[in-house]
Amino acid sequence: MKIIPKKVPINEPDGREYWRSLDQLADKPEFREFVEREFPDHASEMLDPISRRKFLFLMAASLSFAGLTACRRPVHEILPAAATTVEQVPGVATYYATIMPLGGYAQGLLVRSNDGRPTKVEGNPLHPSSLGATSAYAQASILDLYDPDRSQKVKKGGAASTWKDFVATVQPLFATLKGRGGAGLRVLSEKVCSPTLADLRAQMMAAMPQAKWVEYEPVNLDNALEGTRVAFGQPMHAHYSYDKADVVLALDSDFLCVSYGSVLNLKNFSKRRKVESHHHLDLNRLYVVESNFTVTGAAADHRLRLRTGEVRNFAFALAAELLKMPEMQAGDVATVIEKLGKADGGKFGKWIGALAKDLAAHKGKSVIVAGSKQPPAVHAVVCLLNRALGNEGQTVRYTRAFDEQFTRMTDALKELAREIDQGAVETLLILGGNPAYNSPADIDMASKIRKVPNSIRLGLYEDETTDAAKWHVNEAHYLESWGDGRSYDGTASIQQPLIEPLYGGKSAIEVVSLLLGEERAGYDLVKSYWMKQPQFATDGAKVWNKSLNDGLIAGTAFAEVQPVLQPAAIAESLDAAMAAKVSSELELSFVPCPSLWDGRYANNGWLQETPNPMTKLTWGNALLMSVATAKAKGLENGDLVTVSAGGKMLEAAVWLQPGHADNAATIALGYGRAKSGRIGQAVGHNSYALRTTENFYCVGNVTVTKTGQKLPMASTQEHHSLEGRPLVRETTVSEYSKKPKVIEEMAEVPELKSAYRHPLLNGEYQWGMTIDLNSCVGCNACIVACQAENNIPIVGKDQVIRGREMHWIRLDRYYTGNENDPQAVQQPVNCQQCENAPCEPVCPVAATAHSPEGLNDMAYNRCIGTRYCANNCPFKVRRFNFLNYRKELSEVEKLAFNPEVTVRARGVMEKCTYCVQRIQNAKIQAKSEGRRPVRDGEIQTACQQVCPADAIVFGNIADPESRVSKMKAQERNYTMLAELNIKPRTSYLARLRNPNPELA
Amino acid sequence: MFFPKWTNNAVKLVLVLAVLAGGGVATVAGIVHQPKFTDVGYQPEQPLPYSHKRHAGDMGMDCRFCHTSVEQSSVSSVPPTQTCMTCHKQVKADSPRLAKIRESFETGKPMRWVKVHKLPDFVYFNHKAHVTAGVSCVSCHGRVDQMEEVRQVQPLNMSWCLDCHRNPAPNLRPKELVTKLDWVPPGDPVEIGREIVKANKINPPLNCSGCHR
Repeated sequence: MKIIPKKVPINEPDGREYWRSLDQLADKPEFREFVEREFPDHASEMLDPISRRKFLFLMAASLSFAGLTACRRPVHEILPAAATTVEQVPGVATYYATIMPLGGYAQGLLVRSNDGRPTKVEGNPLHPSSLGATSAYAQASILDLYDPDRSQKVKKGGAASTWKDFVATVQPLFATLKGRGGAGLRVLSEKVCSPTLADLRAQMMAAMPQAKWVEYEPVNLDNALEGTRVAFGQPMHAHYSYDKADVVLALDSDFLCVSYGSVLNLKNFSKRRKVESHHHLDLNRLYVVESNFTVTGAAADHRLRLRTGEVRNFAFALAAELLKMPEMQAGDVATVIEKLGKADGGKFGKWIGALAKDLAAHKGKSVIVAGSKQPPAVHAVVCLLNRALGNEGQTVRYTRAFDEQFTRMTDALKELAREIDQGAVETLLILGGNPAYNSPADIDMASKIRKVPNSIRLGLYEDETTDAAKWHVNEAHYLESWGDGRSYDGTASIQQPLIEPLYGGKSAIEVVSLLLGEERAGYDLVKSYWMKQPQFATDGAKVWNKSLNDGLIAGTAFAEVQPVLQPAAIAESLDAAMAAKVSSELELSFVPCPSLWDGRYANNGWLQETPNPMTKLTWGNALLMSVATAKAKGLENGDLVTVSAGGKMLEAAVWLQPGHADNAATIALGYGRAKSGRIGQAVGHNSYALRTTENFYCVGNVTVTKTGQKLPMASTQEHHSLEGRPLVRETTVSEYSKKPKVIEEMAEVPELKSAYRHPLLNGEYQWGMTIDLNSCVGCNACIVACQAENNIPIVGKDQVIRGREMHWIRLDRYYTGNENDPQAVQQPVNCQQCENAPCEPVCPVAATAHSPEGLNDMAYNRCIGTRYCANNCPFKVRRFNFLNYRKELSEVEKLAFNPEVTVRARGVMEKCTYCVQRIQNAKIQAKSEGRRPVRDGEIQTACQQVCPADAIVFGNIADPESRVSKMKAQERNYTMLAELNIKPRTSYLARLRNPNPELA
Repeated sequence: MFFPKWTNNAVKLVLVLAVLAGGGVATVAGIVHQPKFTDVGYQPEQPLPYSHKRHAGDMGMDCRFCHTSVEQSSVSSVPPTQTCMTCHKQVKADSPRLAKIRESFETGKPMRWVKVHKLPDFVYFNHKAHVTAGVSCVSCHGRVDQMEEVRQVQPLNMSWCLDCHRNPAPNLRPKELVTKLDWVPPGDPVEIGREIVKANKINPPLNCSGCHR
């Protein structure tokens, strides 16, 4: 029988107490019961309505049938292509460079193709937007390609039609429109990042000057663009070099995870979190001021929780304090200073003074960044401060934005709605997006679209907008259509498809070309556009091939500009911003979801099941609020409440988020889809219902009333708990520099002796891994990358609640400190590949055994599902297929599988193997080339390859010169549960915090 | 008294006999169901009677002329129809036996060859690893150059694989000779193999993940 001490003694050696959930902190009986069970309640019971007796009956019957059919050998066929393919060698994966557009900005990718089907997305190391890493969104996008719920047909009024019919119908319509100069034509698109589409738009506007083109993204950079326009007279893109910044201040900005450019930000930011030894401590210091507890907040050295509406006052008070200092040079800003004089910094305690001092001490080496929830005035002031601090040209650069003209997307959408109401819109062409779902509630776009006589919609899914529009054209996925796109810095790339459109979908450029009177293929459109560009002037064909190969077109990045500061405009913008009252009642902020973004990934099972980095909620969003606020309102986790604001209502479940600002709430966008595929339909709560053009990011005076109902919440925060053992270790920079051994001494390791015979580790390579907790911020990219690489199934909300999620790598998020304002640490945990693996001796069929190279091998076909191994695993990293999660797969879904990894069936245990398929292939490659050994860095595990923070290092620990060996030699290196003598091959590098002594 | 006394023993006897009979049936079934009985000799009918003997044997074409990816990929690959047509455009261009090949080439529809050597899906056999290490085609596929139609000659089961992984020397030869199916070692094949093992540090994996992932 398992014995657990009554109250888990989680007093860490350094005096910190770590907890994973509020229930654990309070040591509630529910938590204890969950932890004490190896497998959750009813884990082994059959959930199907079939009874055990019936099951046995069926089994017997099928066995006897199997006995009969087994006599005949199944015939397998080989179907080689009729014609020779030059590029492809059967069985050898090839990589193609392409881009993924997200919200109007392109991310550079390399996509793996196995025998003609794309199977895995990686970052393109040459592309400035990714530098080889990717986000969870990009990783999961491959699943969208093979989604059987994707729109597969052209539809007219809900009935199946064809592209031919569509062309025949709309061609005369488009011709008439052209003849009228475009009167009555409106195009509503997502943000345009494609230069070809922008060119077609320009052609359209020339041919049809009375038409209008509206861009709308529910998550956009309008506040930042308007802020730069206020500060500099025209909208600009700000680029922050976090790798050069000693001090970073994030004002309500989740720049490390859920924001545009987060991959690049994290890549650069993490460079300043790498520590070789206590002699070279060149850490940056991150201050975060925010409402919700975000990933960026968890990475912070100092975090101040403020309501969204209060952050601006903090920014103004800080500006007032900084601009007072004589060493700040920003030109003639007297008017601004005068206006800012009213700002009251006193209510933020020591923060303003200490922060201003720290920033001033790092002139030219700091960054201040504001989040897109903050009003333009804050962004303008941030521009001013970065100038005053001498950061411009050092850590902050500006380039032009995509468009010189700037209209707020919500304003443009509102104008469109007004025109529809007036009857001025006869034809509405909706290119991508899902405006009927994600437009502000006060516009009611769905009913507006219905009013338009001719509404045509190009979309990946049949969704809310499809229902409202007359025509629906199935859109091609970015992996199956030609296109192009610019990333945030202006770099243009060709979007190279890897596969023919699975369902004959069309791209936006093809539809707009049809509008212009010509039905042309995407390839022709893209190529003919670029061949006219200066970059292709000499040797066009060669440049084209090089651009495809590299994944970017050289010389297309925007040039850096030295903007002229407009203090008068900034001062003017401050009037309204400073006068704005902070709501005295509860305020509610809307944030993009770390999994679903704005809802576009709602039907992506991988993302739905990826736990939120902080709440660990899967399959749904929740109304997040602080513990104190919830207590004051008498609310608990899972309570269904009615949220109302400005006459609009929404029902949502409550989730207590330790560290959230008080008297404030946050809800993620993207859930509660009225019409989506089988995965995304009606999961979570549709927060767009409360979002209006006025209160786009934050709404005040919100009332919350309890309905009395409780919803089941699928949070994984207590799953796979390790019962309070010292697993995460952290210290401060000053402590560490004084006492380099502090990490090692945090756990007492007795002299280790073993009574067992241990596997012979005599392989040529000895694989090992380090995970740097100082770099990792918990962005989830590794979880999804692992899922894609290793054919890991999703299990659904009900199964997650039972603790059956299958992720091979999980992110443990620990809180430390009090429940109102805790700090947080993230720790990725995969199979630790123990040398003395406790799982191995308990397997009755030797399905898990040690390799001479130190891997804890798993032979799926040998496993009979006793689950003894999972029982004996101290890290809880083994996952069991309780059900046949692969039962009803369509042919299309099977295409998404990585052919290098076995697809597991019901009753089989599975776990991380350090991507053994990659190890084997690299070894075979090295051998067959007659070269040995495998070069250091040649093998990258999926989680390592995707990691924007470069936190994961994998390699041969038998080679003292390998990177992983050098990481393991560091003072911060420790293994979890070393005292058990299990000798894990994965070790961790402890986290360091770099607090400001004045604030500590 | 309903039963005579001897029935006490009869029950035991029947039980023992039943166990023995059951065990016997299982043993026989187990022996009969070994791949060396069930799989060796498998010679399915192909869509057209392509003769390996004619091409690889009589005419002496190298295996790699058609199975092009054997040194680069995990699969040796069955050639596309176009490969057949490189010769058969001129040679026997009108032969009725080649009608299906011509049809496939013209329509672009692939030939449907029947797989002879089938490994389970959870086995990741890699041709490149074996061929470049000096394991000849003949070790697993037999004298294909003497077969009119290809048949399976080895059991291809796990213990058969492991026999060679434990003791690779008898099946090794200089790399450049792997496709010479009629090669006769100039001396003791085991000795030659041992030399190659030493020179190229041949060390086949015996752990699970060597073949199962």
